[in-house]
Amino acid sequence: MLLQINDLKIEGKSEGGWTPILHGVDLTLERGQVMGLIGESGAGKSTLGLAAMGFVAPGLRVTGGQVLFDGTDLLALSIRKRRAMRRRIAYVAQSAAASFNPAWRLIDQFCEGPKIHHTASRAESERLARDLYAAMHLPDPDQFGLRYPHQVSGGQLQRAMVAMAMATRPDLIVFDEPTTALDVTTQIGVLAAIREVVEKAGTAAIYITHDLAVVAQMADRIKVMRHGREVEEAPTRQMMTAPTQDYTRSLWAVREFRRQPRDLPDDPVPAISVQGVFAAYGNKDVLSDLSFDIPRGATVAVVGESGSGKSTTARVITGLLPPRQGQVLLNGAPLPARLADRSRDQLRAVQMIYQMADTALNPRQTIRQILSRPLQFYRGLTGTARDTRLAELMDLIELDPARFLDRLPGELSGGQKQRIGIARALAAEPEFIICDEVTSALDQLVAEGILRLLSRLQDETGVSYMFITHDIATVRAIADAVVVMRHGKVMDQGAKAEVLDPPRHPYTQELLRSVPQPDPDWLTRRIAEGAV
Amino acid sequence: MSGNAHPLRRLILVRLGIGLLTLWVISVLVFMAVSLLPGDIAQQVLGQGATAETVAAFRRELGLDQPLIQRYFAWIGGVLTGDFGNSLASGRPVADLLSARLGNTLFLAAYAAVLGVPLAVLLGLLAALWRGSLFDKSANVLTLTAISFPEFFIAYILMFWLSVQMGWFPSIADPGPSPTLADRLVRSFLPALTLVLVVTAHMMRMTRAAVVNVLGAPYIQMARLKGAPQWRIITRHALPNALAPVINVIALNIAWLITGVVIVEVVFVYPGLGQLMVDSVTNRDMPVVQACALIFAAVYILLNLLADVLAIATNPRLMHSR
Amino acid sequence: MGIARNLRHMTPTAMLGAAIIVIYAIVALFAPQLAPHGQAEIVGAQFEPWGGAYPLGTDALGRDMLSRLIWGARNTVGIALVTTALAFLIGSVAGLIAAALSGWADLILSRIVDILMAIPALIFTLLALSALGPGIVNLVLVIAVLDSTRVFRLARATAMNVMVMDYVEAARLRGEGLWWIIFREVLPNISAPLIAEFGLRFCFVFLTISALSFLGLGLPPPMADWGGMVRDNAVLITFGDSTPLLPAACIAVLTVAVNFVVDWMLHRASGLKD
Repeated sequence: MLLQINDLKIEGKSEGGWTPILHGVDLTLERGQVMGLIGESGAGKSTLGLAAMGFVAPGLRVTGGQVLFDGTDLLALSIRKRRAMRRRIAYVAQSAAASFNPAWRLIDQFCEGPKIHHTASRAESERLARDLYAAMHLPDPDQFGLRYPHQVSGGQLQRAMVAMAMATRPDLIVFDEPTTALDVTTQIGVLAAIREVVEKAGTAAIYITHDLAVVAQMADRIKVMRHGREVEEAPTRQMMTAPTQDYTRSLWAVREFRRQPRDLPDDPVPAISVQGVFAAYGNKDVLSDLSFDIPRGATVAVVGESGSGKSTTARVITGLLPPRQGQVLLNGAPLPARLADRSRDQLRAVQMIYQMADTALNPRQTIRQILSRPLQFYRGLTGTARDTRLAELMDLIELDPARFLDRLPGELSGGQKQRIGIARALAAEPEFIICDEVTSALDQLVAEGILRLLSRLQDETGVSYMFITHDIATVRAIADAVVVMRHGKVMDQGAKAEVLDPPRHPYTQELLRSVPQPDPDWLTRRIAEGAV
Repeated sequence: MSGNAHPLRRLILVRLGIGLLTLWVISVLVFMAVSLLPGDIAQQVLGQGATAETVAAFRRELGLDQPLIQRYFAWIGGVLTGDFGNSLASGRPVADLLSARLGNTLFLAAYAAVLGVPLAVLLGLLAALWRGSLFDKSANVLTLTAISFPEFFIAYILMFWLSVQMGWFPSIADPGPSPTLADRLVRSFLPALTLVLVVTAHMMRMTRAAVVNVLGAPYIQMARLKGAPQWRIITRHALPNALAPVINVIALNIAWLITGVVIVEVVFVYPGLGQLMVDSVTNRDMPVVQACALIFAAVYILLNLLADVLAIATNPRLMHSR
Repeated sequence: MGIARNLRHMTPTAMLGAAIIVIYAIVALFAPQLAPHGQAEIVGAQFEPWGGAYPLGTDALGRDMLSRLIWGARNTVGIALVTTALAFLIGSVAGLIAAALSGWADLILSRIVDILMAIPALIFTLLALSALGPGIVNLVLVIAVLDSTRVFRLARATAMNVMVMDYVEAARLRGEGLWWIIFREVLPNISAPLIAEFGLRFCFVFLTISALSFLGLGLPPPMADWGGMVRDNAVLITFGDSTPLLPAACIAVLTVAVNFVVDWMLHRASGLKD
């Protein structure tokens, strides 16, 4: 037994004192085994992962339990001895960009571990670094280490961090969401490299993620966590096919949400028509020759990775970024390029729902104030007429007006806040709503609720959606048509089935091939296909 | 390796350019102060009883009958060659008044800086390291108290205690003609100590904040998770990244030193630039005020410039650009 | 209820500071009733010792020290408050406008502030006062303008952080005007740091005015003000009499008190993360 955590209890400092974060969690890990920890935000995964290293972040405290590593209780060790144990346990963080010291060359950071723990001479560690950089498929492994962190790309940095974690040939590595910040086409390569290196070295690992499909590729066993407690644990295949707990089953089921296929009426005039748009920030071209339509009552998903220009497209449509060339039509009539030149009715017709509900709602305004303003601003509603409409809006988004109207956004959960964001857009009675990654900051169950709500609202009001997302599952769930973007250009567009089933454009193919599937053999198959 | 220092050199040149531009704008501002005067400076200086001829003669002497731009260039030209004009109060050349006093003031400021800067940086570093400890908490209360005190309060407390009651140091800091270095150090100890107390408090708080900021970075946690001992985390990981902010802190505090110098010189009757400036403001001796203001401003701007250039030069992202 | 909860979470130093501020406020408000004598009234001989009719003695002109200390609270604190308020008005309005408009307006305002901040404030004040001449109005104006630069920087920086929030973008997309965005969307969200800054600015202004008074360039005589009282009686120090330290201590105690409260507020605002 390499690692045995018994009944670990950890509390965190909060406004009113100490609140529990882990309520007594057990974990056992054999040598060479990979344990996947999965759960939604606030499940305590990261706290548990760090505790496995005997590390408790500032502001947290251990109130009970043991962390036995190879028989020694890490939590009972002196600081000096615990520090020495770090030779045998290493850590890979989510944000490599922040976790590398900006003042050091990568090779020096690699060699630091071996130097501190006297596991290898400088020359030996440099040789090891070159081998590991090569194993992680980094470019020019001989020279790669001479660079500074800000001189390499995000995906490369994440690989370099995995290599660094292997520097002291540890028995255990804790991976804390190592690919969450990466685009899917970058992620697949990093996942493959991690798995290859870990398997070859026979290192045990704890792999923390919120992404079921990712953990299925990486882990031998999966532990599902929620609210600081274990929900269940089982070998990966068993967990994927036959989870025993309702909560786990609900997590798995989310992926199955599909909107009923609909027949859209043949309408010659689209709600929004983007025609030959070129746009730039300063001298940097972001969009080139972008054209697509969003039919009335339809949902068009705009898909792409970071830097593809999806969000810039939204800024052009809303008038925040006037295009260099081209125009946007609303119901067949041109929209003025600049926000300031648009009439109040044009402004009303185009609404927006944001990714981060936290920053989309003014924390100093009550829900009533937030929703009243568009009612008054666009429709001149006051007094009882406004109150009636407020209640209707709250009913539409399935929140109790009496309970929520006089609260501040800070008193609401993430999903509830997102619903308020939707209600604010609906209050304007718009013809067209831009949904900018509206579900990607939410936990899966909550996200599914939002998708269902948006579908229902569309059926009831006939509003059109432009759905900006990087997540193919969301596209499949809700879109009627798809626009695939890359580097500011449209790669492919058309009805969902035409574009995706099967993918007809090479980039769409690559995108789809890179999205992890909840099938434990998916990554193996992809590697065999030579996709990585 | 990336031996391409070009962007770095460009940044530094741009910063130098901005510094010189600022200096120039300040010189215009200082010059304009005279023209801002409501009414006529000659009339004001000579008083209501002066005859029209005297006023006209005085105006000619000051060059006030010439156009503004011409006067500016005459004045700045003089300044650049060390000629600041004549004092209105004593009629002596301003440069003569300044020469001895500038040295005295620089000596006092340097004295305080040499004692204060290392002390403040060290104490700030320790407070950041032992965050939340008794040392940190008492340092917080003490420095907060010290920065809340007017400089003259600290100065008089020190004078009352160390000079009047204990008799260890003279209460008047005039070094007299041609003093020895030891003499100077003893005689200007109380003014220097006052400055040290004020400046150290400010600098220590800012250093602590800068270091705490760096210590909160994820790469520090990463170093901990690698098993690096505390001293190594501080010296090898935190310090290189804290250097630039700490340099800026030091430069910022030169402002406090300069402000403090003015007050402290008055309290201890120390024959420096600050005292001269205050006297001249009271007498409305504009050429002297202008000269003093320009010198204080130039020192301040140049020190800030130096700090910025150092901060740019120690930033790894700029040193090794893509 | 919010205030009561805040008070209960106050640190001991903050509580002490708040209590001292209240005492000063009472003394300043009721100075005419509290002071035994008028501020300019010559009641006895020069430099009379403590005790008897004059609990804290008399000053260089034979005026009652205690009365002048009490009047000084009214004069010095009052003028510092007016100056701070003015500095705040100028600085925060300009800062908010710069942040909300960005572009040229921001550039010009920011450059002006850069220039004003390129010289130590005391030197600039001395220069301006020598040009404009002494007097309360000039004093208040010069210090307020110079001090507004720091308020500007803070207001602009915090407002910029809020301006990039999606809720501000939502308001812009709705078609809201500049004033709505500044006063309804931005200002409520930066009020906490601005209030803390008001405390810090007050301390700074108060110390600057005291320093100028001490240098003989502050409030005109015979108004009682603490900085000037130190200057007038400083000669006593060399005779081993600590009376001149009293007005200086009055200044120090108030700034310490305000700083304690502000420190606690800033600490709270930065969250519980120490």
